[in-house]
Amino acid sequence: MRPDSAVPTTVDTPGNTPDDRPLLDPPDGRAVMSQADVARALRRIAHEILERNKGADDLVVLGIPSRGVALADRLAGVMQSVEGRPVPVGALDVTMHRDDLRRQPTRQPRHTRIPAGGIDDKVVVLVDDVLYSGRTVRAALDALSDLGRPRAVRLAVLVDRGHRDLPIRADHVGKNLPTSGSERVQVRLTEHDGVADEVRISGGEGR
Amino acid sequence: MTTATTAVAPTPEAATRPRRRRHLLSSADLSLPEIREILDTAAEMHEVQRRDVKKLPTLRGRTVVNLFFEDSTRTRSSFEIAGKWLSADVINVSGKGSSTSKGESLRDTVLTVAAMGVDALVIRHGASGAAHQVSQWVDAHVVNAGDGMHEHPTQALLDAYTMERRLGSLEGRHVAIVGDLTHSRVVRSNLITLGRLGARVTLVAPPTLMPAGIGAWSQSDGFALSHDLDEVLPGVDVVMMLRVQRERMSGGFFPTPREYTVGYGLTRDRLRTLVAANPEAVICHPGPMNRGLEIAADAADAAQSLILEQVSAGVAVRMSVLYHLLAGSDERPGHDHEGGES
Repeated sequence: MRPDSAVPTTVDTPGNTPDDRPLLDPPDGRAVMSQADVARALRRIAHEILERNKGADDLVVLGIPSRGVALADRLAGVMQSVEGRPVPVGALDVTMHRDDLRRQPTRQPRHTRIPAGGIDDKVVVLVDDVLYSGRTVRAALDALSDLGRPRAVRLAVLVDRGHRDLPIRADHVGKNLPTSGSERVQVRLTEHDGVADEVRISGGEGR
Repeated sequence: MTTATTAVAPTPEAATRPRRRRHLLSSADLSLPEIREILDTAAEMHEVQRRDVKKLPTLRGRTVVNLFFEDSTRTRSSFEIAGKWLSADVINVSGKGSSTSKGESLRDTVLTVAAMGVDALVIRHGASGAAHQVSQWVDAHVVNAGDGMHEHPTQALLDAYTMERRLGSLEGRHVAIVGDLTHSRVVRSNLITLGRLGARVTLVAPPTLMPAGIGAWSQSDGFALSHDLDEVLPGVDVVMMLRVQRERMSGGFFPTPREYTVGYGLTRDRLRTLVAANPEAVICHPGPMNRGLEIAADAADAAQSLILEQVSAGVAVRMSVLYHLLAGSDERPGHDHEGGES
């Protein structure tokens, strides 16, 4: 085919189009929570959970992989230091219950770990890093009902960024973060990402 | 007139990234990372089997057809249970009861079934290469559940899964596969899968049950051959006994069943030798067993025997395979679940 000289040759100008950049680094956008902010938020949430539950009786803390698991472990750690006894903690994978499996490449299921006492008649606190559409939480509620019948289920999240698709809300929120739909919220946790805890917000206009 | 608008913008959505696997036809198709993914998912599926509620909603609305032209109990029922526990609709079509016994060709049978809107075809057929052939005729995902004397990839995956659960990593482990190598499709798949997982394999059989050309094959693929079970047995980590396939043997491979047992059966005495040399050693058998022929009852029921665990692992591994083939979109793989965005 003859190259059409009428076409400006800007079409395949090389350069860093935004899509070529790796997702997680280099850090872009602005930090909205520092390591100290994350620690303070988790301490407050742990106290709120204990206060609302009037102690640690029947509590089971379940993190949603991947970063929710690390957060659940930390919350349980704080609660243990307050109450002086261990709080059962585990992980609840929701991959097999997601409603968007057909829209995505296959995801690798993560490990579900339910503490020995089970969840029947317990107060289950689900923990995740970011609450957005609410679809992950819906999947988690379905996954829970396959495992037993908790007396109550509560939701704790580090960040609530709004834009819910479903009638779901969090009981305990580390930080309410108003965002636009085109922005992206990134949570990094030491256990998971190998860097200092941080919440960043990026994207927005021009994307 | 503007004719310049025909310039096509390059698509940075790189179409070069590998598409998701559509079929499972041969163990050779699976890279080590893919094997790992399937086995790791199988471990999660195995946990589900211990729950009161075993059903997951993952494949709701999908239809899986088991198309079996040869007899099978465990493979067919295990695919059936696997599909059902993932909430797929599973239909069994067996060669004997189907129109093939009225003279319909394999192609017509497959196209007929596929025309009903099937998402996956699990096929077992007596002809080597049948699953591969079928995959070229239909749009559905095809899983090879045994094609003639060629391959049986899900069996190899479940064997590897069962061994790993008992022994940990298979890297450097020594696996002896004993018996009818000529007619076994389990051998080829196992050689490939175990090899990728780093195990060392020795095949043991009488000369009459070694396929032609296996010497060259053993050199290119790096496994050992032996005719002497008693020499190989002490020190192996796994001994996998293959079934003597009476239905594929028209005589002449060994003089009498008794003689086969003496030379190549896992007898009570050999069980003792095996365990004395390596107390950790385990016994596998793909089933169905001919008790008293290739394996003594004492060995089949020994604490070292993983034979029933293989069956329960079969369901978990097949759930994993169906999940990986059917659950996602057909689009290119995208980014991993990034931080947050729930």
